[in-house]
Amino acid sequence: MKKGVFWRVILIALTVVVAAIFFLPNTPLFQGMPDWWKKTMPGKGIVLGLDLQGGLHLVFEVEGDKAVEIATERIASSLTGILERKKIQASVKKDGLFVVVTPANMDIRKVIEDTYPVLTLAEGSGVLKYRLSAKEVQRIKDTATDQVLEIIRNRIDQFGVAEPVIHRQAENEIVVQLPGVKDPKRAVEIIGKTALLEFKLADDESPLAAELPASIMPGEETQIFERFKNRIPEGDEILFQKVINKETGVVTKRPILLKKETLLTGDLLTEARVNIDQRFNEPYVSITFNSAGAKIFEDITAQNVKKRLAIILDGNVYSAPVIQERIGGGNAQITGSFAMDEAKDLAIVLRAGALPAPLRTLQNVTVGPSLGRDSIEAGSMAGIVGTILVVVFMIFYYRLSGVIADFALVLNIVLLLGAMASLNATLTMPGIAGIILAIGMAVDSNVLMFERMREEVRAGKTPRAAVESGYKKAFWTIFDSHVTTLITAAVLFQFGTGPIKGFAVTLSLGVAINLFTALIGTKTVFDIIQSKKEVKRLSI
Amino acid sequence: MIELVKGTKIDFMSKRIYAFIISGVFSLLGIIAIVQIGLGKANLGVDFAGGTAVQIKFAQSVQLHDVRLALEEEGLKDFDLQDLPTENKVLIRVKKQEEKLGGFSEKITQILSQKFSDKKPVIDSTTEIGPKVGSKLRKDALWAILVAVAGILIYVAWRFQFRFGVGATIATFHDVLAVLGIFYILNKEMNLILLSALLTIAGYSLTDTVVVFDRIRENIKKYIKEPVEVVINRSINEVLSRTIITSLTVFLSALALFLFGGEVIHDFALAMLLGVVIGTYSSIFVASPVVVLLGKKR
Repeated sequence: MKKGVFWRVILIALTVVVAAIFFLPNTPLFQGMPDWWKKTMPGKGIVLGLDLQGGLHLVFEVEGDKAVEIATERIASSLTGILERKKIQASVKKDGLFVVVTPANMDIRKVIEDTYPVLTLAEGSGVLKYRLSAKEVQRIKDTATDQVLEIIRNRIDQFGVAEPVIHRQAENEIVVQLPGVKDPKRAVEIIGKTALLEFKLADDESPLAAELPASIMPGEETQIFERFKNRIPEGDEILFQKVINKETGVVTKRPILLKKETLLTGDLLTEARVNIDQRFNEPYVSITFNSAGAKIFEDITAQNVKKRLAIILDGNVYSAPVIQERIGGGNAQITGSFAMDEAKDLAIVLRAGALPAPLRTLQNVTVGPSLGRDSIEAGSMAGIVGTILVVVFMIFYYRLSGVIADFALVLNIVLLLGAMASLNATLTMPGIAGIILAIGMAVDSNVLMFERMREEVRAGKTPRAAVESGYKKAFWTIFDSHVTTLITAAVLFQFGTGPIKGFAVTLSLGVAINLFTALIGTKTVFDIIQSKKEVKRLSI
Repeated sequence: MIELVKGTKIDFMSKRIYAFIISGVFSLLGIIAIVQIGLGKANLGVDFAGGTAVQIKFAQSVQLHDVRLALEEEGLKDFDLQDLPTENKVLIRVKKQEEKLGGFSEKITQILSQKFSDKKPVIDSTTEIGPKVGSKLRKDALWAILVAVAGILIYVAWRFQFRFGVGATIATFHDVLAVLGIFYILNKEMNLILLSALLTIAGYSLTDTVVVFDRIRENIKKYIKEPVEVVINRSINEVLSRTIITSLTVFLSALALFLFGGEVIHDFALAMLLGVVIGTYSSIFVASPVVVLLGKKR
């Protein structure tokens, strides 16, 4: 045997063994392996894509403009306080993305610009109109996306999903992949909820409060706004409370007139837990503030005894109990006819914190587990049938050489699976299609070589010479055709998302491995056969 | 030695006029399809158009008509229904360009779970795609095809002469356009899966073209006295069997996919089947004649 042949056999055997080790975790055999094996050897293998194992793929856009608006609002309200403390008479209003201050004089300007260097003057005559500088706006949007990413991560951790994938995409988009989620609707709600918790006082002293209807049907909110729009006192707003009749289950909405000013937000809470109300056997969420929050809460309750304090989440009033006395200790309860899961989810989002900006769903793909199972079954079936068709055809057409090509084909499949497992590549349905196509393409290189060999045989060459020049002359053809496929696979990888990327990965791996199996695999077998004795006739 | 085709002496080049006519028609169809896709008029998948798609599997067969009635009763409008009767599956698509997502898939699921509760509906998948994503994907898809074809042109032009590169690129474009055109005529859904099939076809159909070109390049130096057309004819005939067999093996595996691969991959497999056949045809009847058209220099 030629020395080169020996080493090539070793190389092939080695690659097969390595491929098998990497692929082992994808087979039931892995469970039966001894502990030292499980600890030291690769244990992940090929990962099933969302389309095969079921799950949720979400893309959100962080509405950064809202975060900028919120920041503007915050500045406006703290400016009011600062000017008051300095005993400067002035009015501060937030108008869209602007902070408008009157009157326009140099003293006020100096105070504002010293405290908030991030503000730039947009208009200075008559009124002072400020907006956030472009750099600050960019910073706010950027941090908002980062914060959202972090908060979503926390929420999902607490919700409990195995191996979630959460990452930022483009400037303000967030991709969330949750494999195997059983209740996609709940997951979407937990991730997407802004969860801004606010405490505001009800304005029951205004005559309008008494005029508001006690309950309306859901959907009639805009009518109420239209009707009372012009009579809402300055600094007030109307929000709605969802009321569920415990006996009939009918849902109605109750309009409540509130002071716009937010007294306290969920920023300062340290804990949110689900408890069960003893009387109604109904879950509620109890929250605990940190010391700063507790102090504010104590002050609010002390100053507003006998008034109603509304607890508002994302613009919906949950309850508005009357303050009976000063409340110390920083504990509060959120009630609202919750189902158990709802209460649990609310506690999760409150603990993880409010999103600095609302999210808009750009993409929501849910795959049920049954579709994935069907796809895997169908894919395996197609793979087996495809392999049989190709294998049988090759033997029928090329006889012994066909058997050699089939050996290369099997080698190809084994190495492809091993390579995918070693990269922990994600297998998707299009990826399965890629593998099956690779089966058909794998023998192409051999066909090209065999046809070349046949020509050489016809030209009267000896079998050995025919094999040698067949390989040599077919090499560049094979190389060129593989490179063109690789080019398109690379484009697909660059462009594709999810399933398509999976396809690109299998396709390009398949092509690369094919070069190896065709040029080294089959050639080695031919060399072994011919090393024993001079073959008289090529079975091709 | 079993040989499918042996010692053929077909005069391919003289038939190029017919081939150009046929190919012209198919390419035109493909171009129409692209224009329609651009205008949003073709049967665009939810991934390109934006909107909602819900696929539901029932334990027993359901009448499409009943599903339509059930959804219309609840006030749903502008939806497409499609069924996969062999698997008792129904696909509902709502192509609505709405800024805000959500709601539709939930509503559809709710309605059907209630009205067909005796047939145990199970949600296979729901897809909701915002219009912004859809239009971005559409644009990216066009770019992807252009970049892939440009890459191929550059590679082939580098490995062969420039006119070979042009020939190969035109043949590749032709294959992609023809498959797209046929899908358009069949009113098949244009989606990301089809795009990946088209790109795979672009890459794969070159295999045959490269095989033919390789032989032309070899023969053109060998048979210096023969006219270029004759050399090309000879080359195509010489490699005809391998052109057909390499395609045949891929055709076989795509056929297995088409027959057994399940509904997710069905159209992908169909596109591949068409692509393999058209790619083989174009490597003979499009790529080489274009090379001759561009000059007979050796």
